[in-house]
Amino acid sequence: MRVRQGFHIHFGKLSIRVSVSRILVYLLVILLVCFTSLPLIYVVSTAFKPLDELLRFPPIFFVRKPTMDNFRDLLFATSSSSVPFLRYVVNSIFVSVATVLATIIISSIAAYSLVKLELPFKNAIFNLIVATLMFPATLMTIPNYMVINNLGLMDSYLALILPKIAGAFGFFFVKQFCDQLPDAFLEAARLDGANEWQVFTKIVFPFMKPACSTLVVFTFVASWNDAFSPIVYITQDAMRTLPVALQSIGTAGTLARAGAMAAGTFISVVPTVLIYTLMQRRVIETMAYSGIK
Amino acid sequence: MKLINKKSLGNKALAIAFFLPFFVLFTLFVLAPVVQSVFYSFTNYDLLKRNDFVGFNNYKQLFLNDEIFLLALKNTMVFACIAGPVSYILSFVMAWILNDMKGRTIFALAFYAPSITSGTAMAVIWTYFFSSDSYGLINNFLMNLGLISSPILWNQSVNLIMPVCIFIQIWMSMGTGFLVFMAGLQNANQELYEAGAIDGIKGRFAELFYITLPQMKPQLLFGAINTIAGSFGVFDVISSFAGFPSPNYAGHTLVAHVYDYAFVRYEMGYASAVSVILFLITFLFGKAVMFLLSSKDE
Repeated sequence: MRVRQGFHIHFGKLSIRVSVSRILVYLLVILLVCFTSLPLIYVVSTAFKPLDELLRFPPIFFVRKPTMDNFRDLLFATSSSSVPFLRYVVNSIFVSVATVLATIIISSIAAYSLVKLELPFKNAIFNLIVATLMFPATLMTIPNYMVINNLGLMDSYLALILPKIAGAFGFFFVKQFCDQLPDAFLEAARLDGANEWQVFTKIVFPFMKPACSTLVVFTFVASWNDAFSPIVYITQDAMRTLPVALQSIGTAGTLARAGAMAAGTFISVVPTVLIYTLMQRRVIETMAYSGIK
Repeated sequence: MKLINKKSLGNKALAIAFFLPFFVLFTLFVLAPVVQSVFYSFTNYDLLKRNDFVGFNNYKQLFLNDEIFLLALKNTMVFACIAGPVSYILSFVMAWILNDMKGRTIFALAFYAPSITSGTAMAVIWTYFFSSDSYGLINNFLMNLGLISSPILWNQSVNLIMPVCIFIQIWMSMGTGFLVFMAGLQNANQELYEAGAIDGIKGRFAELFYITLPQMKPQLLFGAINTIAGSFGVFDVISSFAGFPSPNYAGHTLVAHVYDYAFVRYEMGYASAVSVILFLITFLFGKAVMFLLSSKDE
């Protein structure tokens, strides 16, 4: 038996036992989490700073006199260009959503095939895929550019999507969860007369919900924040995505642009936070449901 | 007999059909570049005209004539052997603690925040903390306390670049492992805990070692391989904090060396040889971890 150190808190009749170690753990977690959330807080706070607070040196962390001016500046800074700001947002959303959907579908059916179906050379293929994870991605830039160029895909959405959807990271991740799926579930479904596609959509995919929801976050964050691929594959202004557009607002230089930049950064963080929260909630729901089955 | 053969052939065809979309794209955009680089490492390819076979010459040069490479090798090993394990263990402990905490969605978001705001905000936060003048948060704090009289040159002093970058890397890289482990914990079979309780496995730590960890082997392996690949492949954090090349090459890593030869000097053959060495080291560590965490012994 474990002896717990602790004490009781009394609220009239109600008495709560609080262990000292639990309080310590909570305090430590809160401290660490305050520290890790600094960049997010900073982005939100900075978006509402008036110009004099933005340009203050040394910089101040929290906004003192919040204002919406920066968002107006952003509209103004981008309205003079031939491409409306909304176009960059739409580009980013389209590219990221397409990348996420394609990654999830392609990786999970491939992982299912490798783990549960009769794919030849399973071990060799798996080792090969994991091995590529350890090769520096820097060197893949030039060969990837050649492929995209030869396929005639420069300045297209596909150039931003195709090279990313079949990565070793996503495949390996989904494959590890697929390993945990009991074969008995699949056999039962097959005995009931389900074909392999039905087995995949009715049994495998629901089982892998926590994995896929998590992979959605990884893929979305990576694609949404990618400021590098558009520079390599995109030359037309109208095809650029949000991170690149933000960079050019920033480099346009004038001090007044600092506000537009802060507002733009804020706008670019919102979708990631939304996706993250949505997906984490789905993961938790799945757990509640799998407890019943 | 014939019928069974036909069926197994059909199953194989189906498996291949499911696997093919991934494999085609993977080969085109990942595998082919890697194979090509391995091939280039035996040439003097310079992106323009030279492309002759030179055997193991690049590798000989690296170990016999390139002191900066040896320094990068040392830095990378030190970096990976500290940042890797610390980030791995911390992200697991956090996932394990947060998993049955109230309000975990908001805590988890806060913990994942560095991964979301990578780039722009990252640079701002770290220059704010570690600015090398008296306005930097840490310098300001230490000077106010009277512990130091002049500001510490965090991103210029040769002895400080590595420790600070290791700290930043740990802080930035924990998010991914954390999410992987959270998903793994939620995939764990709850019935095993009840069964374990009957067998006398009680208390949080006993449950962790006898039920949770063995069940999570697939995620533990993924997290480990990913952390190894990430910490041996470090470059961005150091180059954005200490510049490229860093003062006196104090923060020069193998990927920095690859970048230097591939995109500054255009010596693709030589850069490829560095990549192959990095790959071999990472692969060795990866294999060791796979051996330790292989899920076959269940």
